[in-house]
Order: sequence, then C-alpha cells, then structure tokens
Amino acid sequence: MSHAIQDRPVATVKRTGSLSSARLPRWSPIAIAAGSIAAGIGIGVAAGWHSKIQWGMIAALLFVLTTYALTTKVEGSRQAKDNVATSLVWVCFVLAVVPLVSLAWVTISKGMEVLDVYFLTHSMNGVLDAEAGGGVYHALLGTIEQVAIATVIAAPIGLLTAVYLVEYGGGKLAQAVTFFVDVMTGIPSIVAGLFILATWNLMLGFGPSGFAGAMALAILMMPVVVRSTEEMLKLVPNELREASLALGIPKWRTILKVVLPTAIGGITTGVMLAVARITGETAPVLLLVFGTKLINPNPFEGAQSSLPLYVYEQYAVGTDAAVSRAWAAALVLIAFVMILNLVARGIARWKAPKTGR
Amino acid sequence: MATTTPDIQRSRRAKSASRPGDRVFSGLSRGSGITLLVIMAAIAGFLTYRAALAISKDSTNFFTTFEWNPAGNPPVFGIAVLAFGTVVSSIIAMAIAVPVAIGIALFISHYAPRKLAKPLAYVVDLLAAVPSIIYGLWGAIFLVPYLDGLNKWLNEYFGWTYIFDKANDGPARNLFTVGILLAIMILPIITNVTREVFLQAPKMHEEAALALGATRWEVIRMSVLPFGRSGIISASMLGLGRALGETMAVAVVLSPSFLISGHLLDPGGGTFAQNIAAKFNEANEFGRDALIASGLVLFAITLLVNGAARWIIGRRKEYSGAAA
Amino acid sequence: MKLSRKNGLRASAIGALVVSGALVLSACGSDNNSETPAKEGGAKTSAAASNIACEGAKGQLLAAGSSAQKNAMDLWVKNFQAACSGVEINYQGIGSGGGITKFNQGQVAFAGSDSALKDEEVAESQKICKTGKGVNLPMVGGPIAIGYKLEGVDNLVLDASTIAKIFDNKITKWNDPAIAKLNPGAKLPDSTIQAFHRSDESGTTQNLGKYLSTAAAADWKHDPKSKSWPAQGGQAANGSSGVATAVKDAEGSIGYFELSYATANKISTVSINTGAAAPVAASSENASKAIAAAKVKGTGNDVALSLDYATKAEGAYPIVLVTYEIACDKGNKAETLPTLKAFLNYTVSEEGQKVLAEAGYAPLPAEIAAKVRAIVPTLS
Repeated sequence: MSHAIQDRPVATVKRTGSLSSARLPRWSPIAIAAGSIAAGIGIGVAAGWHSKIQWGMIAALLFVLTTYALTTKVEGSRQAKDNVATSLVWVCFVLAVVPLVSLAWVTISKGMEVLDVYFLTHSMNGVLDAEAGGGVYHALLGTIEQVAIATVIAAPIGLLTAVYLVEYGGGKLAQAVTFFVDVMTGIPSIVAGLFILATWNLMLGFGPSGFAGAMALAILMMPVVVRSTEEMLKLVPNELREASLALGIPKWRTILKVVLPTAIGGITTGVMLAVARITGETAPVLLLVFGTKLINPNPFEGAQSSLPLYVYEQYAVGTDAAVSRAWAAALVLIAFVMILNLVARGIARWKAPKTGR
Repeated sequence: MATTTPDIQRSRRAKSASRPGDRVFSGLSRGSGITLLVIMAAIAGFLTYRAALAISKDSTNFFTTFEWNPAGNPPVFGIAVLAFGTVVSSIIAMAIAVPVAIGIALFISHYAPRKLAKPLAYVVDLLAAVPSIIYGLWGAIFLVPYLDGLNKWLNEYFGWTYIFDKANDGPARNLFTVGILLAIMILPIITNVTREVFLQAPKMHEEAALALGATRWEVIRMSVLPFGRSGIISASMLGLGRALGETMAVAVVLSPSFLISGHLLDPGGGTFAQNIAAKFNEANEFGRDALIASGLVLFAITLLVNGAARWIIGRRKEYSGAAA
Repeated sequence: MKLSRKNGLRASAIGALVVSGALVLSACGSDNNSETPAKEGGAKTSAAASNIACEGAKGQLLAAGSSAQKNAMDLWVKNFQAACSGVEINYQGIGSGGGITKFNQGQVAFAGSDSALKDEEVAESQKICKTGKGVNLPMVGGPIAIGYKLEGVDNLVLDASTIAKIFDNKITKWNDPAIAKLNPGAKLPDSTIQAFHRSDESGTTQNLGKYLSTAAAADWKHDPKSKSWPAQGGQAANGSSGVATAVKDAEGSIGYFELSYATANKISTVSINTGAAAPVAASSENASKAIAAAKVKGTGNDVALSLDYATKAEGAYPIVLVTYEIACDKGNKAETLPTLKAFLNYTVSEEGQKVLAEAGYAPLPAEIAAKVRAIVPTLS
C-alpha cells in the first residue's frame, strides 16, 4: 500500500535551551593549536630561549590551558575535561612522533650521504680513520653469518622445547624448564656476552670469533623463541589434535603433520622477530668478536666485524668521515631489521591460523 | 586450553609410547628441553659462582662502595654508583614514557581517525625494532645539543630544586639526558602492548557509557582504563626491563664518572650495563668476576621487576571483570 | 592436496631465493679499496710498499692497546698488508692499560702501551711467555697536544703550572689572571673551562702526569705513575678519539691527546711556555727534539726509556710520549711469531719510521731505533 511509512529527512529545527547547547566550532582545536604554536615561538624568541624543545613545550602547555579555558566557558566543565583529555592525547602523540620521526629522518638523510653500491660491497681495508672511503661489507657479512649461526643453534632447540612443554608437559622437568626460560628471558645482553667471554674465549682459550658472538646471540634468542612458539602452539585448537588422534595417527605424526603446520605462520613470525632483535644487539658482539677491517668469511676462526659493532666503532672514532660512515651503516642496519620485521609480519598474515579471534 | 587432565595424558602416553616413532620424537623433544635446561642452568650457575668469588674477595662492602678498582691491592669495588645511576635513569624514563605511551595507545585505539590508526599502529610496531645503538648515535649527535638549552633553562628556573641545580657547566651528557633517551627507546614497546590491551576493552561497556551520555574521556576513564590497568602495568614492566639493561645507548651518551650526585643535570654517573661495557677490556680475570657480579645484580633487579609485575597482574585478574 | 603443494612450492621457491641470495652476497664483496676516486694518499703508500720483507707472514695477528699510537698503527698496517698478501693485522685502540691486560691473558700477540710494563705486569707476563717475559720495544713517539676550543682565541699559550691547575680544577675560568698573563692581548671570555680527561686506563694520562709532576711539582701532587686519571672534577671520555671528539664539540673545552687526533679533528692546540725563548707548538719536529734526549733505562732485551719532561731546550716540545710494542722475548705463540717479527721489523725499519713524521708522530732517535732493530729478529 502506498501508505507505507517513508523515511523523510527530519528538518533540523534550531531550538534554544534544550537537548543541544552551544559548542565550539569544529575548527577550534586546529585554531587553538596554531595559536599556541605561534605564541610558543613568540614567547621563546622574546625571552631569548633558543631551544626548540622549550618552544614546543610552551606551545603544548598553552594548547592544553587554552582548550580548557575556552571549553569551560563555552560548553561546561565536563566537556572541558573531555577536551583537555583529547588535547593531552594529541600532545602525547605529537611529543612521541617528533623524536621518532627525527630519528628516522636523520638516519635516512645522513646515511644516504655515503651509502651507495661501493659502500655496500667493500670493506674498510686500507682506509684510515680520518679518510673518507671504505665500506661496510665485512660488517654486513659478519652480522649475517653470526645471526644465521645463532638461529641455527637457537631455533631448533627452542622449537622442540616448546613442543615438549606444550605437548608432553606437566611434569617436574617441564616446570623446571619453564622456570629457567622465564628467568633467562630477562638476562641483559651484556651479561650473556660476559658469560661467553669468560668461558669460551678465555677459559677454553678459543679467542675471539664470529662463532662466539653467535653463541651469545643464541643464548639471548632461545628463551624468546620458546615463549613465542609456546604461545602459538597453545593457540592450536585441541579439537584438531583430538581429531587426529581419534583417526589413529600416532602422537608424533600428529604434532609434525597437524599441530606444527597449523602454527607454522606464528612460529615463523616469532623466530623472525627474535632474529630481528638479535641483529641489532651490540653489547655481546662488542665483547666477543674483536672487530676487523677486512672481510673474514670464516665465522669459526679469527676476528670478525658486525654491523652494530661497526656503527659503534666508527662513531667512537669521531672524525667527520667516520661519523658519516656510522650513519650509513646505521641506515643499512635499520633497513635490514625492518625488512626482517616486514617479512615476518607478511608471513604472519599469509599463514594466520584461523582461530576465530 | 591445551593442557589436558593428568589421567587422559597418562593413558595417552601409555598407548602411544610403545610406537618407535613416538619414542624417538618424544625423546627428541624431551632431550632438547633437557639441553635448554642444562644450558640455562649452567649459565646461571657459572655466573653466580664467579660473582660469589669476586664478592668474597672484595675488601669493602660490595653494595655501598663508591669506587671500582678490582685490580687494586686490596681490591676495592662496589656498585652504589651504578645502582643509583641505573635506578634514577630508569625512573626518569618510566615517568616520561608511561603516561605518553598511554596517551599514544589511547590515541591509536580511540581518538585517531580509523584510516590513520592501522598504519600508525604498524609504524609504532616497527619502531620497537630499531636497534639501541642507533638510538645512542642519534642521542649523542642530536639530542644532547638540543637538551643543552633545556638544561640551562631548567637550571635557571628550577635550580632551587636540588636535582635541577647545575653545579658543573658541562654538555648535557648526564643521567637526565639518559633518562629521556631511554624514555624514547621504551615508548614503542609500552605503546604496543598497551594498545593491544585497550583494543580488547569490552565494546559493550563503552557503548553503554556512551548511551548514558558520557563524554569520550569519561568513557575511557570508566571502562577502558580500569580494564587495561594490569595490561598497562605489564607493558610498563616490559619497558622497565629494557631500560634497566640498556647498554650501548647509555655508553655512547653518558659521560662516565664514579660519583653519586643528586644534581641530575651534571655530567657523570654510571649504570650497570654501561660500566661492564666500559671496563671489560681492562679487566683481568678477577676484574671480570667483579663485572659479572655487577651484571648479576642487574639481572636480579630485572627478575624482581618481572616478578612484581606478574604478582600485581595476578592479583588484579580477579578484579578485572571483563571476560573478553 | 593441491593447496598445500602450492604453498609448499611457494615456500621452497622463497627458500631457494634466500639461499642463492646469500651465496651471491658472500661472493661479491671486495677488500680492495685502492681505486676510490676520492683517495689522495694512494700513490704515496704504494711506493713505500715495495721494500717490505714479508717472509713467513700470514694469517691473522691480533693486537691491542694505546689509542695514542692507533693512527700510526693504522698507517703501518695499511702499508704492510698492501705489500704482504694473506696477512691481516687487527689493532684495537682500547688504551694502554687494556692492551697490557689483554697481552697478559694471552688474548693478543702484542700490546701497544705508552707506559712501560710495571714489575707486577712483567711478573704476570711470565705466565704467558712461558720461557721468557714481556719486553718493551719502543716504536713511535709523539707530542701530547693540549687541544682546546675557544672562540676567538687562536694561539693559546700555557705553561706547566697553569695546565696543572686547569686539570686539577684550581683554575676554573678562561679569563683567569694566570692564563691572561701568558696571553697578553687575547680576548679570554668569562666562561667555565670544561676539562676533559680519559675514562679508561691510559698511557697518555700517565705521560701527562709525569710531565706535570716533573715540570710543575708544586701544582700537581698526584701519583705520576697512575694510568687512570687521578684528579677530581672535569669530565671523562673514552679513548683518545673520545676526548678529541668531546673537545671538538664543546665550546670552552680543553683536553689532551696525541697530535694526530688534533690534526684529524682540526682542533687548535696550545703552545707550551717552557721557559725557553719562545713558546713551543705541538709538532713532530718539536717532539723529536725532546725525545732525542731519552735515555734507555731497561736492561737486556727491554728498551724502556726515561724521557726528559722538564726540557727547556729551544724549540723542544716537552709533553711527549713514546709507545712501546710489548711482546714476549721468548715464548711467543708459534703460529703468529713470523707475522709478528715481520711486522715489527717493518715498523722499526727506516721506511716504517719515515711515514711517522707526516702523520703527526715523531720517529725514534737513531740509536734507540738501532737497538730495537737488533732485538726484533731475536724474538722467539
């Protein structure tokens, strides 16, 4: 029937003193922000303060106070508190964004000054500290080798231990393992380095090598891999395991063919995130690999270099040429870590277990 | 959800243990558990043993001495300065980072336009992965000159408070700068975990509050923050753990000295990790044992912090209310 | 099933890509840095490389110690490696104290130190050099420049007494009357002096201390044999390069480091008023004049020197150091011994000593060099 109720747009009738009250215009936060930034710079310049940080802080303070004052006047104190909260949250955001963006910007802009294909494919052989030139290849190779060896050591042990804890766990051994993994998750990286220095390098007399650094990195990696793999394995629904067992499949095949493939995306992500973390660890490497200017492709013998160690060494030298090299190496290191992270997250999304979160 | 009752486990084990494949595989995984246990226990044992050796030969009180000279005759070394430096810089870092991280997490989960929130969360996730040496490089080359001006201003206007009184006119390579740099470093980690927690706050509570006419801030204050309290604490402890153990950023930025000074704007001081990195080259065997002892103290502090966090979270679990 | 096979194929394809990428990466780097277009010094070094005897030198040699000699050591290593292929010498500039500690623990083949071994250190070295002990072989000398950064003041002149008081925190302002008296006409500002010293155990610190206790005994009462900084106050930095960078960055700062660091960072250096007719600037020639008066105080294979820090000779720069290479006279590790001897032979030879003067160091006086040249072949 044509008398069906139709939705007609209700004409907005402006009624005074009822459900709606005066509101600040929508462009007011931006206007207040612009005003306070201008005032902050103005006060800073007038008082002779040169630090941009102080200008920023004055602007932020003015922003919050002005918002509170104006909103209280126009809208009332509850809305004023709400607006202050909003402005504080925005201030926090800007406060955090500024140094992090500055870090990224500075690393990229200063790093690109020296970074080129030559830099990536040559070592520092024959380049004196104060001279420009040379490259980061020896450090890159060292990092890749040390991280690869550390992963080869830590990932299988960590994985199998997590499998043991989740699938076979519950006894005294599992409790002890869980306790120690918990404890060792918090070990400072330099203490792990000290341990390997005191035992492998000195007590056993092997001297510095990439392998020693890899062992310290493996110590740091193992608890992290165990924890993240455990979490992923626990996410696999029990029904899958029970269905497999009900079909008469032995437990070990269940784990290998059902549980692990389901969790493999998360496990890979966890391992790659752990790898990204240890790639950037300077402290243990500083103690263990001695550092060198030449390419040493043998991680088991002789001093090697490493990317974070290279950054630290070049910074310590202090000459302009060396600091430029440090920035370029820092850029390479960040790029390396970021690529690992992005790939890890990509794998996570590709292989996400459908657990209906 | 993955742990089954002991009876089912036992009978399951009884049936499947007979197959050779099961025996091999369970032996393999059990073996690797034992290997891990042995490695970790050996590390803990070795470090404790050597630390005890060093402390027993220390001619003065390990915890209250203000000097580091294990090669001296008699050996004199103590961690008072290091403990002070570590604790103070971490407190400053937490005081700055935790509120700002909560703010950013709220921003990403509740305030930002939805299209901006996801990429922002992704970027903050990536920032958590930046290695610490790069923070050190940026801090020493960029942050320190900027903070020079701030230090002078603090000294001028807040110098009446003991901590901001600058007795020495040096560049800003002090514990205050280290605290600020650590805050910037631990911000992404705390933000990430806190943001995850806030995103899991029950939507029903929020919508109910909104339906009752609460402003956005009141909604957050009433339903999101109480829900996320234990998550915020665990995130903060994660950040604190990282700040305590941070070596390279501190080593690059701080101008070291072995004095405790309440004037936080004066260059000087030391932290556990920075001291190890600075002194390990000159340390003979006994000196290394002394450094190991200081490293263990740091380790113990980190353990205490993690344990306290877990206790607080365990207590609050009963009151968190939301069974998401 | 089809799905898992496709995923498996995809995964193994990615894996193969990663492995082949890694193989390519490990093969595509080069140690040859001599073709950089920006390099100017290439021609000089290839000429000097022709006379170096490489007999038996191969493999890796690890060394550590004095940061003061690091720039000289880098130059020597560069020339030696250019002449002898297959040799790799790694020198860590961790400070004289660190070098001696590492040597006494057998971690390095030789140590570089600006201060001779103390008796306890010699006793410790006997555990490592089982049939011998550690000996000091002087190899390079250099002026310890007092670098400063003060706007508008280009030629600062100080004497031992003012330097001692500055580093001891007794003179705290740049316009102090003692400094003004030595620098008539200079516009000294009213700012605080930021004095930087070494945070690690340094032979440079020890040599400066010996100079100050000899030439300004009334003002410097600290232990001259101490490798760690003995005075209160001031700020610390790690290594010669750390102090140099700190001075380069901070206005109104002053610090001490070997001359090559001042040159590399373009830091102005102080001229010393020794009581001679004119203040002496820090330079290789002026340092050589002071080192020429060194006397050998070691016996047998040990060539430890005692330097004359109180020299008032015309044009002699008094704050000098001599860096020793410390090795075992007998009982060096067999694998690294040939490389060690070949390298030390080169550094003490005439070509080796010739490269020092341009680099901001002072070559050894002729008699001392001759003594060392006789000892190096006898190391075993």
